[in-house]
Amino acid sequence: MYALRRWSVRHARGLNRFYDGFERLLVACAPLFRRLGYPRLERPVALIERAAKGLLFDCRMCGQCVLSSTGMSCPMNCPKNLRNGPCGGVRANGHCEVRPEMRCVWVEAFEGARRINGGIDKIRVVQAPVDRRLEGRSAWLKVVRERTEPRPEARP
Amino acid sequence: MKFEDEPVPGYPLPILPGHVSPGRFERVLRAGAFAVTTELAPPDSADPEEVYRRARVFDGQVDAINATDGSGANCHMSSLAVCALLTRAGYAPIMQISCRDKNRIAIQGDILGGAAMGVCNMLCLSGDGVQAGDHPQAKPVFDLDALSLLAIGRRLRDEQRFESGRKITSAPRVFFGAAENPMVPPLEHRALRLAKKVAAGAQFIQTQYCFDLDRLRAFMRSVEELGLLDQVFLLIGVGPFKTAKGAEWMRNNVPGMHVPDALIRRLAGAQDQAREGREICIELIQQFREITGVHGVHVMAYRQEESVAEIIDRSGVLAGRVPWYPTRDTDSADRKAS
Repeated sequence: MYALRRWSVRHARGLNRFYDGFERLLVACAPLFRRLGYPRLERPVALIERAAKGLLFDCRMCGQCVLSSTGMSCPMNCPKNLRNGPCGGVRANGHCEVRPEMRCVWVEAFEGARRINGGIDKIRVVQAPVDRRLEGRSAWLKVVRERTEPRPEARP
Repeated sequence: MKFEDEPVPGYPLPILPGHVSPGRFERVLRAGAFAVTTELAPPDSADPEEVYRRARVFDGQVDAINATDGSGANCHMSSLAVCALLTRAGYAPIMQISCRDKNRIAIQGDILGGAAMGVCNMLCLSGDGVQAGDHPQAKPVFDLDALSLLAIGRRLRDEQRFESGRKITSAPRVFFGAAENPMVPPLEHRALRLAKKVAAGAQFIQTQYCFDLDRLRAFMRSVEELGLLDQVFLLIGVGPFKTAKGAEWMRNNVPGMHVPDALIRRLAGAQDQAREGREICIELIQQFREITGVHGVHVMAYRQEESVAEIIDRSGVLAGRVPWYPTRDTDSADRKAS
């Protein structure tokens, strides 16, 4: 929801802090996840993730979340899916070229990033192109596996 | 500027030490000259002569010609084909690549194909949204963005690998560029975005139209603060308006277009508005040249391409230099002989 999405950017600092704690908790659960089996967890976790992040950020489930690096403004809501900053078509009032009724997600992202400690440094990191195979999959589980398993390229 | 090792038109120049491409555009910039580029609107036609006709109007005034890639999301001859035609005649084209119409498989193929056809310069763009053009019913692709495209291009050239990691046998010797728009929000973060593009592999930048000198100067100050001045060649975009009405229309309808009221008032008050438009353009170019870190100008004169020669000539930015064109050296030899 658009209004809630904008609320999330205004509360980027708190949400980012919450996520940091949540991520630590997830990583701590890695042994349990491994025992249950990631393939079995994929669908239910993705469902919860879609509901929570869909509500707060209009998440599109790209499966490779960068919200912490984009001031809690989801770049997949950009009609051009730009993951590295705004295009040159941003309107004078800060709204989107393609969808004039919507604020540019990158104008929002910079505002959110300024609220997060080190947010501006994170927004400067060049993001790799989206891996379309991950669409619809849980980014949370992906993070856990990246943190706890040595060879990410060997994963199915 | 005449090079000792000028090849037969259509053949590449030797790559100088510290250069990445065998092209004359990179040479002009690295030699420290104030570079001039312009834009060729690809024809709605399959006739190559139309491309050459459109290029000839710039002869002797520009160092490189951008071939737009479906600009404004309108359908035209492809930028790759326009560039391939231009390199046959020896011109230095800048192939624009937009992420709107092609995915990474097609784009990487075009980078290799363009380089194989002698294209030495490529400009990586996100692209206008499809809603702006003549095919709003089309599927917008946007598999990559300008930044990831730059990184992929650089990887092809410097690591000889596709994005997938697969090896290629011969690297595309390409001078990569990107665009920036210092005139639109978020104004205070535009220089940061430029820094990101430089980090991703942009070696030159061509900006959108810059009609607001105050905004441009503020942008350039931020660029300097970020320590980017000697890391990238900046060419500032500008163009002539034919009428005040036209300027106003563009402001309201062309994405990313910022035109100050004062400029529109000045145009409206002029007896000959088209002439005043060119006059404004010339004054802006002369002021750009005075700004530290500006290495050239990019003149976009859609549907009045014939005015570019006059604007560049009268601005004096070439300082007596004659950029290469197909008959330049034979012309002067003829003059000497007679």
